[in-house]
Amino acid sequence: MTPELLIDLILALLLLIIAWSALFAPSRRDAMAMFIAFGVIVALIWARLGAPDLALAEAAIGAGLTGVLFLNAARQLPQAGRTTIRHKSTIKAAIFVFVSISLFILLLSGPTGEQMVTPVDNNRLADAMPDAGVIYPVTAVLLNFRAWDTLLELLVLILALSGVRQLYTSAHISEPAQANTWPLLTGWTQVLAPMLVIIGGFLLWNGSKAPGGAFQAGALIASAAVTLRIVGLLPPFRWSFWLTRMLVSAGALLFLTVAVSTFIFADGWLNYPVSLSARIIIAIEIFATISIAVTLALLIIGDHEDLHT
Amino acid sequence: MSDPHFGSLSVYLLAALTLISMGLYGMMTLRDPIRRLIAINIIGPGVFLIMVVMAKRQDPPDAILHALVVTGLVVAVSATAFALRLIIASEKNASTDHSRQDTP
Repeated sequence: MTPELLIDLILALLLLIIAWSALFAPSRRDAMAMFIAFGVIVALIWARLGAPDLALAEAAIGAGLTGVLFLNAARQLPQAGRTTIRHKSTIKAAIFVFVSISLFILLLSGPTGEQMVTPVDNNRLADAMPDAGVIYPVTAVLLNFRAWDTLLELLVLILALSGVRQLYTSAHISEPAQANTWPLLTGWTQVLAPMLVIIGGFLLWNGSKAPGGAFQAGALIASAAVTLRIVGLLPPFRWSFWLTRMLVSAGALLFLTVAVSTFIFADGWLNYPVSLSARIIIAIEIFATISIAVTLALLIIGDHEDLHT
Repeated sequence: MSDPHFGSLSVYLLAALTLISMGLYGMMTLRDPIRRLIAINIIGPGVFLIMVVMAKRQDPPDAILHALVVTGLVVAVSATAFALRLIIASEKNASTDHSRQDTP
């Protein structure tokens, strides 16, 4: 056994143990803490598998922002007793056994299983790269070759935020009073938040030639806003203020404008002219970063004061 | 077995499948909405892990699959945020209903 394989085995085992305890730990709070640890392990695994973009995004989103989400929920939820009570149903057990066994058989044995771990040779992306406008392939895929995915993703974020807003317009949900913040936390946040914004800006700027880009940068800036808001250094975002609405929709609006103008003036939906593609990609990335940051921050810590109209 | 990646890729593939069936088991048996949400969020990384293992079959790793997973991560976190708000709202409704019943 090589040392590399040993690291992989340990990471995989840790992942499974933590996932199990996130599902079946007796108290909800333990389960949520375990889920945050799960995000950290997943980020390490992405780094091991040669996916630095995913490791960055997972560390900021999966471990950081999701953690805040769950802790915030734990604060607002009434204390529950045993939360691991299980259903007992023969049909469900049969479905579960059937689905899992067929998954394992399909993906681990036979021709598909063979395919999953056999090296392949695929140069189509490398052949298309010279026309992309950026050097880094992941950014090229996200904002040029599969720009549709990114556009729809920005719309999903707006959709989720409007879903959350419905909860605040239909009925008033009482918020627990803001707890007194720990002075050390306030001091620490004043150092941390500017650093997060700077690192976010660096990732955005770096995204055209190295790991990084709009999502990672947006997530980092959102986490800076979240920490500042938690210690009370940032005023509420207030949905009724036009600038907030503008910032939330700026990325999607610019993206749609580009889509329509490429349809009218160039070769079709989101088919950038090669000479302009670098500029278009950078403009979209900047606006997408701002929109992602504001939307994520509102999704995570937006309360009645932020979201009601 | 001559390929150096073969061992660790298989390890992660097995871990991904175990994660998916673990999450499925949680989804089917647990009643608590928070646990069910965690279960969905465990199935998700399982699927992403399969995609990243498939990306690793070539050198450099396949950027298309990585880009898809980045998109998936952001969609997953926004869905989780919405689901948590719904859970909080429904539990608060349930607890106020109970207190009304207790004090006639």
